Amino acid sequence: MKHRTFFWFILPSALAMLLFIALPIVSVAIQSLYIEHEKVMVTVESCGPFGCSKDTHVDAEKTLALQRAEPLGRFNGLGTYLNRSHLAVGEIGAILASNSGPADIVARIYALPLYRALAFTLAYCILVTPLAMILGFFIALGINGLPHLVKGPAIFLSLLPMIITPLVGALIIYWMIDSNGIIGANLQALFHDPNLYLKASPVLTWVVLIVYGIWTNAPFSFVVFYAGLQMVPHDTLESAMVDGASRWERIHFVVIPSLAPLATFVALVQLMDNFRVFEPIVGFNASANASSLSSAIFDDLHGQNAQLFGSAAATSMLTIIGVVILLTPVLIRTWREFSRKGA
Amino acid sequence: MQKRPLPLSILASVFIIVWLIAAAFPFLWTVWGSFKVEADFFSRLSWWNAITGPATQQQTGASFTGAGYYGAWVTNNFWRSVINTVLVTVFVTIISLTFGTLGGYALARSGQRYSFWILIIALIFRAMPHITLVSGYLLPFFQLNIWGYLPTAIIVLVAINQPFTLWMLHSFFLSIPKDLDESAMVDGCTRFEAFRRVVIPVMWPGVITTGLFSFLLGYNDFAVTAMLLSQDNQTMIPKIQSFMSSIYQSGNVMYAVAAVVSATVPLFILVLFFQRQIVSGLTAGAVKG
Amino acid sequence: MKHLLGASVSLAVLTLLGGTALAADCGIASGSVRILSNDFDVLKVVADGAKECAGDKVTVTANLTTQHKDLQVPALTINPAEYTVAMVANNSIAPLLNGDLIRPLDDLIAKYGQDLQPNQLIKVDGKTVAIAFDANSQHLFYRKDILDKAGVQPPKSYEDVLAAAKTIKDKGILDYPLAAADKPGWDLGAEFVNLYLGTGADFFEPGSAKLAINNENGLKTLQMMKDLTQYMPPDYLTYDANEMKATYLAGKVAMMDGWGSYAGSVIGPDSPSKDIAAETVLAAAPTFNGGSIAAASLWWDGFSIAKNISDEDATASFQAMMHAIRPEVATQHPDVAPWLIKGFKPGPAAVGVIATANGNAKPYPMLPYMGLLHTALSNEIGDFLKGSKDAQKTLDDIGAAYAAAAKEGGFLN
Repeated sequence: MKHRTFFWFILPSALAMLLFIALPIVSVAIQSLYIEHEKVMVTVESCGPFGCSKDTHVDAEKTLALQRAEPLGRFNGLGTYLNRSHLAVGEIGAILASNSGPADIVARIYALPLYRALAFTLAYCILVTPLAMILGFFIALGINGLPHLVKGPAIFLSLLPMIITPLVGALIIYWMIDSNGIIGANLQALFHDPNLYLKASPVLTWVVLIVYGIWTNAPFSFVVFYAGLQMVPHDTLESAMVDGASRWERIHFVVIPSLAPLATFVALVQLMDNFRVFEPIVGFNASANASSLSSAIFDDLHGQNAQLFGSAAATSMLTIIGVVILLTPVLIRTWREFSRKGA
Repeated sequence: MQKRPLPLSILASVFIIVWLIAAAFPFLWTVWGSFKVEADFFSRLSWWNAITGPATQQQTGASFTGAGYYGAWVTNNFWRSVINTVLVTVFVTIISLTFGTLGGYALARSGQRYSFWILIIALIFRAMPHITLVSGYLLPFFQLNIWGYLPTAIIVLVAINQPFTLWMLHSFFLSIPKDLDESAMVDGCTRFEAFRRVVIPVMWPGVITTGLFSFLLGYNDFAVTAMLLSQDNQTMIPKIQSFMSSIYQSGNVMYAVAAVVSATVPLFILVLFFQRQIVSGLTAGAVKG
Repeated sequence: MKHLLGASVSLAVLTLLGGTALAADCGIASGSVRILSNDFDVLKVVADGAKECAGDKVTVTANLTTQHKDLQVPALTINPAEYTVAMVANNSIAPLLNGDLIRPLDDLIAKYGQDLQPNQLIKVDGKTVAIAFDANSQHLFYRKDILDKAGVQPPKSYEDVLAAAKTIKDKGILDYPLAAADKPGWDLGAEFVNLYLGTGADFFEPGSAKLAINNENGLKTLQMMKDLTQYMPPDYLTYDANEMKATYLAGKVAMMDGWGSYAGSVIGPDSPSKDIAAETVLAAAPTFNGGSIAAASLWWDGFSIAKNISDEDATASFQAMMHAIRPEVATQHPDVAPWLIKGFKPGPAAVGVIATANGNAKPYPMLPYMGLLHTALSNEIGDFLKGSKDAQKTLDDIGAAYAAAAKEGGFLN
């Protein structure tokens, strides 16, 4: 393809991404290197419906003057990245210097916010992505073999976990697993354990979140693989059949290879989305037992009245870096495929 | 295709039935529950109450109640959010697909290194958490006086969705044999004509699938629409969120449940009605290799 | 519900009948009123009241959204500001004050604020920055029938609550007689703040942003939080205010420290459970640690006027808001909230909040860095309640988390 043609084909897409994603990312990257100006504080009397008190307040005028002089704030280098809320380099140094064995090290590092978030994020990513893909692949094979008449409804029902608004979907499932809910109560009866609370123990909470993750992610793999199956060349399949290939051999040698580019794509997208897992944690009120990088960002931006943009920016950049590291194997594979194709 | 052996058939059927139940049961449960009161559907006593509905009987005098629907649609003007959602999803889908097919096709057919790097950069763009992006938009949008309007939210959603659309369509175009459009070009077509005449007719499974995801993005988005739209232009999901409880205010969760059901059921009817078109659309491209 | 519905229908009819006649009521010459607000009932009533002022030369729009906290600073920073009125509370006013985004209201009050009571004025350094119109707090809800059955007196202190819960549990009346909003996130932090306020101690060293909770009071507060959890269901760490209310209405809770704004839906005419409503008593938040202060934070809702707008719009906005919170509003909607408006006669649902306020409870601190502490509390206390950290370590961690945030916010060095 000629460079010129390529340029015109890609232009609208590139422009949209440049304006609304690339620019903000650059500004976020810059922001993460700065912290806010020192606030000039004054103690004044403040009064309200419940009486008066001497309180500390920000002297807005003086603080704003500082801000106008240097709008970005104070340069902090990588300070924000290294502080306790992020990589916690100092704290980890202290833990490694004095501890009582590996178990202690793990427990104390896990108590640091970023590492706790990372632990769940990675576990979620690594378990949910492949399991949801495998489930999706088999659903696609199964539905592909259904009679024409029921395909439409079957496709729709299979998409439901993705269509129901996560906000309400998680709420409903959350209720089902409650100790009084249909799933929770029946599990209690099944295991004869009235103290089985799916929502109480950290391990069970993780299991529930991961199962929910697979449930919501499988339809995506399903629909991509299903569309891909429609594109598998009939002739190749037929000639494989003529050659006497068994059903499994046909899947292994014809179907799977032709779905490979799609599988790479699904893996990339799912890994990335799962790395940003957020809604299930909120929907399942699971913040006591699970947190993720995205929920940490949410806390910085929405949690309270004081928004920590620098901190959110740093966590966002760490998320991007994390995704890149996670995707490297897939990316190298894509690069090889690409070079082969280009050659 | 040859017939499946019986055990495999049974195994496949059982698997699909189990999956369909797992996928659909929570929704059916929700449809049922939307006609009960909160004390039954979210009963702290026993889940059996959601079936029998003693509190519904006690509070409304009947076994079923449309109070959730009335509250959402009549009292809270849910229809307005539905119209906004329709506008947002339709335009997001159309624009995303237009941008995406052009770009995805170019990326799939260009052997240049830079197209690989564009794909990679797009992927990295996608890693950016949406909430961080959105909080950065606020000040410039207010300054330009474009905050709060539907077109703003639509173009932002298109942009945020673009990396995904590009990748997905790129993968689909890769599976369409190159010879197809290249032979058309040998016959004297320009690149764009070859794209229009030869590629477009076989690309529908990929486009429909990608379109489905663009549709779902516009339909299910919360982060962008909640922050960038004013109340009059609010879409469904932020509206549903406002039915739910907040810290100081007991919400009306049954409004949210009824709203979700009434937003999903039309989709189901649509699918039943158009199932032939959808399935054949998904099958259309079956490439004769 | 019916009552509310009736009110909103009549409002709609009034608006349809044409705004000119009503605009005269508000006395606004001309201007544009644009309201940004959180989205709940009492604020809807106020916003609808302001909308009545719309007329030929007066436009009134309102954006009620749960995202208001994120929108308010950028929306009021530009000139002219996107909104002329920001509805705020103790905590959400701080960023507007820090950014110098709201104007002093004293001259407007002198001209148009005849109906305001002195305690509605939120003053900082002698200047009125906001007008409050209602109050809220967490306070005690208890079931008289269960307490009678167990033979215990209504609790006055958290120590009483513990003892009463033990009796109820031991007598086999309820397995889990207590509930609290212990979900890590805003709720859990608020529980700590409530109890700690009950000790009468300060969160910060006077005149600075240095934390002062790493002491005996902090330890006792944490210990009490943990002691209470033994009488709660095992999944107490997933309970928020709404969950607590629902469990209470299912008859599974004997005592809880619930929000005053929920009281109407628990004991009001629309209560889903008439039996429980009849046996529910609302009382002041319990005291703590032998103190005499009700251990709860008091909240107010109110409004501020943006700085970056024309004086004409500011005057119009202030007048529209005065119309929206005129004394009749409180008499027409007595159950929506404990109003601070002149002439309001508190209904049965407001008893708890008023008892708590009279019990010398303290307001939620309006300090610029309080939010950072609240986040640190929310994130660190969960591990302590689960038992994976001891109290001293928890306080140390809260201190470290707060210090990191306060340093980034420019409050500490």
